Amino acid sequence: MSAHAQSRAPAALIERLRTAHRESWSLGDLVGVAAAWAAGLALCAIAAAIVIYMMVQGLQYLSISEMFSHPLPGLDQSQSGGFLDPILGTVVLTILSTLLAAPIGIGIAVWLTEYGKPSGLARAVESGVEVVAGTPSIVLAIFGLLVFQEGFLSFLSYEATDGVAFGRSFFAAAAMMSLIALPLIVGATREAMNGIPRHVREASYALGKDRASTIRRVLLPASRRGIGTGVALGMGRIVGDTAIVFILLGASLRLESQGDIPGLQVLQGTGSTLTTYVYNNSPAGEGGSPDKAYAAAFVLLAIVIVLNFGIDLITRGKGPSWTRA
Amino acid sequence: MDPRLSPPPPVRRIAAGGAPTVAQAPPAATNGHVPNAARAKNPKRLPRTETTPVERMRTEELSIAYGEKLAVNQVSISVGQGEVLALIGPSGCGKTTLLRSLNRLVDLTPTAARGGRILLDGEDVDSFDVTQLRRRVGMLFQQPNPFPMSIFDNVAYGLRERGSKKPSRRELEPAVFEALHRAGLFEEVRDNLDHPALALSGGQQQRLCIARSLAVRPEVLLLDEPCSALDPLSTATIEETIVALRDEVAIVIVTHNLQQAQRVADRVAFMYLGDLIEYGEVDQVFTSPVAERTREYVSGGFG
Repeated sequence: MSAHAQSRAPAALIERLRTAHRESWSLGDLVGVAAAWAAGLALCAIAAAIVIYMMVQGLQYLSISEMFSHPLPGLDQSQSGGFLDPILGTVVLTILSTLLAAPIGIGIAVWLTEYGKPSGLARAVESGVEVVAGTPSIVLAIFGLLVFQEGFLSFLSYEATDGVAFGRSFFAAAAMMSLIALPLIVGATREAMNGIPRHVREASYALGKDRASTIRRVLLPASRRGIGTGVALGMGRIVGDTAIVFILLGASLRLESQGDIPGLQVLQGTGSTLTTYVYNNSPAGEGGSPDKAYAAAFVLLAIVIVLNFGIDLITRGKGPSWTRA
Repeated sequence: MDPRLSPPPPVRRIAAGGAPTVAQAPPAATNGHVPNAARAKNPKRLPRTETTPVERMRTEELSIAYGEKLAVNQVSISVGQGEVLALIGPSGCGKTTLLRSLNRLVDLTPTAARGGRILLDGEDVDSFDVTQLRRRVGMLFQQPNPFPMSIFDNVAYGLRERGSKKPSRRELEPAVFEALHRAGLFEEVRDNLDHPALALSGGQQQRLCIARSLAVRPEVLLLDEPCSALDPLSTATIEETIVALRDEVAIVIVTHNLQQAQRVADRVAFMYLGDLIEYGEVDQVFTSPVAERTREYVSGGFG
C-alpha cells in the first residue's frame, strides 16, 4: 500500500508541474514550439516519402538480372540491358577516391592539430581546405579536365592526339572526387584529435615516446571513430556526385579499358556510375529508359542509406572516458 | 536518509603493528580545503619502513617563467629514493610547474623558459636525450589516462619500440606482470589482460597508469594530484601503493589535499607565488612550521 501511495504522489506532482508549465507559456513560445514540431515532422515525412516512392518505383522495375548484366546500346527499354557496369563504376570510383582522400585528409588533420607550425602555413592550409570544401563539384570537374589533359599525365588516361591526353578516366575522376571527401575527413579527424585532452599526449611523452609514435599508437587509435565518420561521410558524397563523373569519367556506359598496363587498364579507362546512369536514362538526359533510371536510383539510395547506417554504427557507444570529461 | 548525505564509509588500513584497523577516509567533498575540525584529528601516517633516502634528483636555484610571468623562483630542493616529497601550496603557486620541469614536460610549452639546474643522479637533465630522461623520470596525471588499447598493451607501451627489434609478447610478459604487481593491480586484471583498459574503473585506471610508468623502471616518479579525480576508496589504495613504492623509487607528489600529504609524505615543500617558503620533515611542517605563511596555510588560513 505504502509503495503504491509513494509512487502516486510524485506522478501527481509531475502532472501539476507539467500543466503549470504549459499555462505559463507565452503565445510566442507556443507558436515556436509548434513550428519546431511541424518542421521536424515535415522532415520525417519528406524523408519517408522519398524512400517509399523510390522503393515503389524502383522495386517495381528492379530485377536481379538487371543488376548483373551489362548496359546495351538498345533504344528500347527492353533492349538496353542492365546496369552492372554503373554499379561496378560506383564501387571502383568510391574505393579509389577514398584510398586517395583518407591518407591525405588524415595527414592534413594530424599536421594541423599536432604540428601546425609555422602558423601562417597552418592558416593557409585551413583556408585551402575550406576553399576546396566550398568549390562546386562541376568546377572541380572542369579544372580536373584541364589538368589531366596535359600530355605528361596521359598515363592516367590515354593519349588522344598531338600529345594531348584524353583526360577522362577513373584515375582523373577519383583524383577530383577525393577533393570532395577531403574536407569532411580533415574536419572529422581534427575534431576527434582536438577532443583528446593534452594530458593524454603528455602521458605518452612522459614514457619517453616521441611525437610520431604518440600519434601512431595513441592519438590515431583514439580518433578511430571520428576518422571513420569522416571517411563514411566522404564516401556518401562521392557516391552521390554526378558532375565529376559526367565530365571526368568519359561518357561510356560500359567500363572501357584503356592502356596496356595489366590491372590498371580499367582505372585508365572510362565508365559510368549509378548517378550518370540515372541521369542518362531519365527524361532529363536521353530519356531512353526511365524504368531503369528508377531502378538504378533506388540502388543508389540504398547504398547511401547503408553508408549512413554504417556511420551510426561507428559513432554508437561511448568513447574513451577522458574524451567525455 | 539520503545515502549521498551520509559520511563516507570507513576504509580498512594496515596499521604499523600489522593488525588491520579502521580509519576514516578523507571526506570527498572537501577537495583539499580541509576544515579545521577535520584537521584537528591529525591524520594517520601510512606505515612505512625506516630508510635513509638516497638522493636521486635535485634542483639548484631553479626558476621557470611563462613569458613575463615567473612561475617558479629560485627553488632548490631534493628528493631521494626511500622518501616521498609532497609539494603543497595554493593554486598557481608553481608546484605543478616545478613537477613538470623535472621530466622536462614544461619544455613542451613554447613560452616557458628555465634558469638554474635540475640534476638527476648528479647529471644535468639537459645533458640527457629527453626520451631517455623521461624513461627514468615517470609521471602520473590528475585524470587517469589509459591509452585506447588493451590492459597488457598499456603496460607494455613504454617497453615497445625501444629499438629496431620488436619484442614479442612472451618477452614482455615478465616486465608487464611485475609492473602490474607493483601497482597492486595484477590480481584484479590477470584474467582480463586483453580487455580494453578504458573499461576499467577510475581507480583501476589510475593504478594501471602507475603500472605503465613502473614498467620502464623509472628512478623517480612524479605524481600530479593523482587522486583528485578518484573516490576515497581508490584514493586510499593509491596512497598505499605510493608508500609501498617509495623504497624503490623517489616519489614527488603534488597535492591539494593536506591530509594526503600528511599520510604519504616524508618531506614537504610549501610553495607560495613561485617561492619555496618552507621545506622540511612532514611533522615539522605541519606541527611547527617556521614561516608564518606555512602556518596559515596548513591551518586553513588561506588557500
